Amino acid sequence: MANEVCFRTLHLDTPWSLEAYESVGGYSSLKKIIAGELTHDKIIDELKLSALRGRGGAGFPTGLKWSFMPRNMPGQKYVVCNSDEGEPGTFKDRDILRYNPHQLIEGMIIAGYVMNATVGYNYMRGEFYEPFERMEAAIAEAHAKKYLGQNILGSDFCFELYNHMGAGAYICGEETALIESLEGKKGQPRFKPPFPANYGVFGRPTNVNNTESYASVPSILENGGQWFLDLGKPNNGGTKIFSVSGHVNNPGNFEINMGTPFKALLDMAGGVLGGKALKAVIPGGSSSPILPAETMMDITMDYDAIGKAGSMLGSGAVMVLDETTCIVELAAVTAHFYYEESCGQCTPCREGTGWMSRVIHRILKGEGRMEDLDNLDRVAGNIMGRTICALGDAAAMPVQGFLKHYRHEFEYMIEHKRSLVKG
Amino acid sequence: MTDFNYDQTLHLKQLLPQDAIEEIDHWITKYPPERKRPPIIAALKVVQDHHDNYLTEELMQAVAEYLDVPHVAVYEVATFYSMFHLNKVGKYVISVCNNISCSLRGADKVIDHLQNRLNIRVGDTTSDGLYTVKTVECMAACGGAPMLEVNKQYHENLTEEKIDQILSDIAAIELNKANQEALSDSDKEDS
Repeated sequence: MANEVCFRTLHLDTPWSLEAYESVGGYSSLKKIIAGELTHDKIIDELKLSALRGRGGAGFPTGLKWSFMPRNMPGQKYVVCNSDEGEPGTFKDRDILRYNPHQLIEGMIIAGYVMNATVGYNYMRGEFYEPFERMEAAIAEAHAKKYLGQNILGSDFCFELYNHMGAGAYICGEETALIESLEGKKGQPRFKPPFPANYGVFGRPTNVNNTESYASVPSILENGGQWFLDLGKPNNGGTKIFSVSGHVNNPGNFEINMGTPFKALLDMAGGVLGGKALKAVIPGGSSSPILPAETMMDITMDYDAIGKAGSMLGSGAVMVLDETTCIVELAAVTAHFYYEESCGQCTPCREGTGWMSRVIHRILKGEGRMEDLDNLDRVAGNIMGRTICALGDAAAMPVQGFLKHYRHEFEYMIEHKRSLVKG
Repeated sequence: MTDFNYDQTLHLKQLLPQDAIEEIDHWITKYPPERKRPPIIAALKVVQDHHDNYLTEELMQAVAEYLDVPHVAVYEVATFYSMFHLNKVGKYVISVCNNISCSLRGADKVIDHLQNRLNIRVGDTTSDGLYTVKTVECMAACGGAPMLEVNKQYHENLTEEKIDQILSDIAAIELNKANQEALSDSDKEDS
């Protein structure tokens, strides 16, 4: 069955309304907490059991992350939601914000309760004006019902939630860059450690999770961690929203059980556009290495299976490529993106992304040399692991993936000054 | 930058209508009072919205003064984030995504069509000051590829017809505005 967790209001008339959310059981976990039926420890135990892993791309176990927060440390602590959705191919958080904002709000209130934090920020990317309006309206509704604000439902628990907006920078999806940006600065990542759980927003302990991660929490607490785990497979609990785009007949978001075969997901998305043959798939956003069709048709959609095949589940952004796709062109688009978005802080990334982009564009213009390919591989290898944040790795991995599986297309273009696929 | 005269600071309250000042003041309430920088992004966006879609040195200085932060704090934010324009742009900024999913679904054709219709190149502004076309990176709407954004509004699943419709809608809005202005001018002359 689809749409059981974050999209569970989607079939209703106004899925974003408080009424719709309450009709599917929304805010019942919060009520249980206020009634004293759900303790901090119980919530963390359920999350650990559920095997919910970070939906932003890193896949870190959410229950474990929550347990790192120094709940009993005096002073302000913060709960931050990363809605800076920007990984190319990803468009799921936008739909959670637009169509089920209350589930995110409840998830963040619960996080605030578990971590003894009284303030939360939802950091949305700067272009999300429509989701912003929905979120503002939902926060107002939740306030009116006493689910948010001072003395929630008459208890002594207080939690205030604010929407914050960025202004266009992919790097702000990196959690420490997001924190810098929230503090009103350039979004340049911080060195870790200290981790945000110790030193986050305004120097205070901070928990940062992705929109889909927070929004999964209310369903987990309503139905139990075991229920969520059973939806998926061991170590890969629950459902996941896959954003399917590119060469498919019916692109869109599909919230399906973790471990569903790729073949089934491709069918849901209407199959390859125009009935053409599948060439390859970028399975987890543009940072994840490309996988050829024959690999994809055999695997299931979960962290472990995609990892084993040599790529990543990432944010769940599945970009489908048909037989007419020129990999050199694709590599040029990808390399240019990371060159544009590198924040410039670390030399290997700032310089390396530019080199990769220029070399690939040179090949595309018919001015490539055979030694360019080894150079590309070497530059990518020299960025990997040598930067403060993961953007460097994210820029290097796809280039290495393109070269690994489609080196012959690059060689053909260098030799013949035209595309192997497009002629 | 070199010509900038820091003595001639413009004050934000003189530059913006009251409701825009109130909007900035609302953003300020979201953060701890001792923190002055968090509302910078929001304040710059409000200012840009009220100043033909772009920022100037003087406006950045006015924001710095209003928020009580160093000028450089505002300047570094304005120059880091891609939604801020530091040069004059059109009244309608058309941002076309040409990242992976959009380019797979024909972003090139979208760009060509816009260039032909408006008779400008990417990065340019039409001579009447109405449109700027620029390319941007992924805007998280890949399911509706190819897509573009006009100011704050997303337009998805683009076709040439859809793009023509967007442009003619804008033209109609502008014509309507011009007519109303002409009408109110003639009212003044009558009275």
